[in-house]
Amino acid sequence: MNAQTLSFIFVGLSFALYIGIAIWSRVGSTKEFYVAGGGVHPVVNGMATAADWMSAASFLSVAGILAFTGRDGAVYLVGWTGGYVLLALLLAPYLRKFGRFTVPEFIGDRYYSKLARVVAVVCLIFISFTYIAGQMRGVGIVFSRFLEVEIETGVVIGMAIVFCYAVLGGMKGITYTQVAQYCVLIFAFMVPAIFMSIMWTDNPIPQLGLGDKLNDGSGLSVLQKLDQVTTELGFNTYTVGTRSTIDSLAIAAALMIGTAGLPHVIVRFFTVPKVSDARKSAGYALAFICVMYTTIPAVAAFSRLNLTESVNEVAYSEAPAWIEKWENTGLIAWKDKNGDGIMQYRPGHAFTPTKPIFTEARGTYGERVISNELTSNGNEMYVDRDIMVMANPEIAKLPNWVIALVAAGAVAAALSTAAGLLLVISSSVAHDLMKRTFMPDINDKKELLFARLAAVVAILIAGWFGINPPAFVAQVVAFAFGMAAASLFPPIVMGIFSKRINRSGAVAGMLVGLSSTLAYIIYFNFIAPEINNPEHWFLGISPTGIGTIGAALNVCAAVIVSRLTPAPPAHVQDMIDDIRIPAGAGVAHDH
Amino acid sequence: MNQNTDSNHQPDSRGEAYHHDEAENLPPHSHHDEETLSEIDVQAYWRANVKVLIVLLSSWAFVSFGCGVLFSNWLDQFYIGGFPLGFWFTQQGTMLCFVAIIFIYHIWMKKIERDHGVDDDEDNVEGRLTSQADTGAKP
Repeated sequence: MNAQTLSFIFVGLSFALYIGIAIWSRVGSTKEFYVAGGGVHPVVNGMATAADWMSAASFLSVAGILAFTGRDGAVYLVGWTGGYVLLALLLAPYLRKFGRFTVPEFIGDRYYSKLARVVAVVCLIFISFTYIAGQMRGVGIVFSRFLEVEIETGVVIGMAIVFCYAVLGGMKGITYTQVAQYCVLIFAFMVPAIFMSIMWTDNPIPQLGLGDKLNDGSGLSVLQKLDQVTTELGFNTYTVGTRSTIDSLAIAAALMIGTAGLPHVIVRFFTVPKVSDARKSAGYALAFICVMYTTIPAVAAFSRLNLTESVNEVAYSEAPAWIEKWENTGLIAWKDKNGDGIMQYRPGHAFTPTKPIFTEARGTYGERVISNELTSNGNEMYVDRDIMVMANPEIAKLPNWVIALVAAGAVAAALSTAAGLLLVISSSVAHDLMKRTFMPDINDKKELLFARLAAVVAILIAGWFGINPPAFVAQVVAFAFGMAAASLFPPIVMGIFSKRINRSGAVAGMLVGLSSTLAYIIYFNFIAPEINNPEHWFLGISPTGIGTIGAALNVCAAVIVSRLTPAPPAHVQDMIDDIRIPAGAGVAHDH
Repeated sequence: MNQNTDSNHQPDSRGEAYHHDEAENLPPHSHHDEETLSEIDVQAYWRANVKVLIVLLSSWAFVSFGCGVLFSNWLDQFYIGGFPLGFWFTQQGTMLCFVAIIFIYHIWMKKIERDHGVDDDEDNVEGRLTSQADTGAKP
């Protein structure tokens, strides 16, 4: 059977499973919709959190980034996993004790202010949209490849599926579906990794294979070989970093603080029975995440070797079939600059703009003709980083069922995250904006209707961003982390650990943090992309890392404004005392 | 317990300490004493909690910013199973440390909470010592 048919079967089967689970655990009340009734075991919750959080970006894109940037890319790994420590230590137990449905609800109650709640909802919606756009792009890449259509069509198909899926069930359905999705995606990620590790080193454990010797008898280790290959072709040496220390620190910090501020991850800790379970659950979640995240560097290294070997200095007419298939999706392009019919893969962009603009015509060797202006370097290849994981099984000539499995895994990763995000968007709009701010009299049924409407609008906007993405999937997602770091994390932590931060301080902090970060990202990516380089960056910090500065500004603004205005009222101070004590946490409740 | 709020918020710490000592040796004989004890215990618990956080967050920062970025290149002179150590930290090591930190936190806090009677075990659903703030928190 060919890979396409198998992909249909695998993705179809996994969908049947998810929908089956969603129907089996259908929700009846808003409480079950939002927090699964608060009765989920910590291990189960940990696994669901892992699936929720490991998105299409983790599955598809991080390995690609690492493969192309080597050591520099590792800051994403450190940043995204390190955030869990902050989450477990500074947020999860207290928010569980607080015991309501949403993050804006905490901010609204802690800062006794409708305005604070609305500002929190705005921050949350910004974050979730940025994040979900990355997921849509990821789903689009998967569908475009295995249906062999253009990426835009792929995104639209993905939107339709996420729509059907996320509007069906609520948190309860999502929790158990996400457990299934974790199993699917981790299996799909590990199988090709193990195959590739055996192929290069005979070591079946990819994490160890990365440090092992090659099995070709050359006596070189994988890392030595990578350094050799990259240096020979003029790329940066794989194991040597090139990013400045300050930028690395800023990006790591922004991603860590951002992870801890992600609303769809925080809300997961409202679903466990006890405060101590929230801590344990964060530990399990990170352990489950690390199964994949420690494998990513190995996948990245092996795929870089595979790619270089199967593309560079190979005649296009003898190129493996996957090149043509990815070329058809528009994610690979080749321009025969020197007219020798052989693909040269070198550092630098082959043409400007960096993304290929295809004409309808075919060239001498049957390749798609591009109309971009050529650059003067020797590079003839455009390879979209996001295809690395999807293309791996083909590049490594693994059996067709592995290719199908990866497609199912990537869809699982994108769906689980998209569903979690849509839930957060819809609950904030329906619960925090409608029920608790503008229309306090609406009943449960109306609230659910608003929740579902919000999900629909969210999918449409996200789909548009998925078709016109500002950057690679992982970078789009990285901006979401920056915004979460600058807006939501500081007021939540200060709200727990300080009794002095008041309403005005929190609102000022969130506004300063979000607007400064957003302005910086928009300026360097959309208004003046030509000066998006270290010489023009503030303190040499890239837009990806600016969330750290945003968070610092947020804290400063909050502290200064709070000092100048009266302390929070007594009932709020009592509430803070209460959430600091684990005993006596009931299930998450409504008013 | 709201009627006792004023006395609990007295700045005179010696008075509270006295109640605390007395309460440790004798069963609480009035509602007022029980309140005072819980207030002190809750404060002690919170201090212990903050201490744990400082220790663990320092290790977190050391691992992620230190081993992962700042002296990552310096660590490369050492090797662990074929990896230069600094490179290994950026690719795998930091993550394993993070998992360890969270589980240490879980176990450590569980012990502190049992010691202070504020844990959320099955037999302590409502709290052995009801915290001072418990009544005022829920709107």
